[in-house]
Amino acid sequence: MSTSATAHHDAHHDEHHDTGRNTTLGFWIYLMTDCILFASFFATYAVLFMNTAGGVSGKDIFDLNLIAGGTAALLLSSITFGFAMISAYKKSKGGTLLWLFVTFLFGAAFIGIELYEFNHLIHAGHGPSSSAFLTAFFSLVGLHGLHVTAGLIWITVLFIDVAKRGLQDRTVTRLGCLSLFWHFLDVIWICVFSFVYLMGAM
Amino acid sequence: MSQHDHDAHSHGSVGSYVIGFVLSVILTVIPFWAVMTSAFDRATLFAVIVVTAVVQIFVHLKYFLHLNFTKEGKIDTLSFIFTAIVIVMVVALSVWIIYESVLMMMY
Repeated sequence: MSTSATAHHDAHHDEHHDTGRNTTLGFWIYLMTDCILFASFFATYAVLFMNTAGGVSGKDIFDLNLIAGGTAALLLSSITFGFAMISAYKKSKGGTLLWLFVTFLFGAAFIGIELYEFNHLIHAGHGPSSSAFLTAFFSLVGLHGLHVTAGLIWITVLFIDVAKRGLQDRTVTRLGCLSLFWHFLDVIWICVFSFVYLMGAM
Repeated sequence: MSQHDHDAHSHGSVGSYVIGFVLSVILTVIPFWAVMTSAFDRATLFAVIVVTAVVQIFVHLKYFLHLNFTKEGKIDTLSFIFTAIVIVMVVALSVWIIYESVLMMMY
């Protein structure tokens, strides 16, 4: 069944459309399991954040101006990715490439800010091995950062895909999965800035 | 062709993305402003952060992730609700149990 669907991939649009829908659903279910991974990291943080081992707590080290900057970059990248998807559904190759590039820049700005923050903390002697609080903090925020980095690599790959082969149905399906991934990471970031940074700094 | 129209609808338009973006900006600025200026007492700040975060998550789910209850989109929404229930059990219940045990050991 699936072999015949693959063999007539380009010939039968309807069959292909179903495959695309299944791919997106499968990817969505992966994201739901990823959600549970993040949830367990949040639970760990919630349990450990008071165990500062006599060292710094969130109030001492969180720079909210920096976090507001990162949040703005990620939120802007969400809407620009939305515009990339709209261009992709309209089969506008130039528009898709432009908005993917803008999304990449905002995502890279977010990662840049996060790396600056981590570097600053480690150099100030507040590295992940200093206390249970810092271990949980670096794990949770770092896990999100790793996901965003993976997203940036994925954007690069699909940028090349679109540039070389244009917007075939297959490529649009891939962009759709990446779009889910990217917006999902923004939802996780809402939880991170609310429960880690804002509650830590208040 | 009707397939295409349906797609355009369920994937959102410039307008729906802009609405989602503006709502998200408002819901992000409120808690940041409240915490950075210490506008309220701790309990109120806590409530403001939780409420704006939860509302913003729903805004993202609707306008960016396009979760809905149409025939085609229902399974995504249901799998999300299932995951949310699992997460409530994993996070909320473990945190509850551990905090209670900490209290019992201290007093």
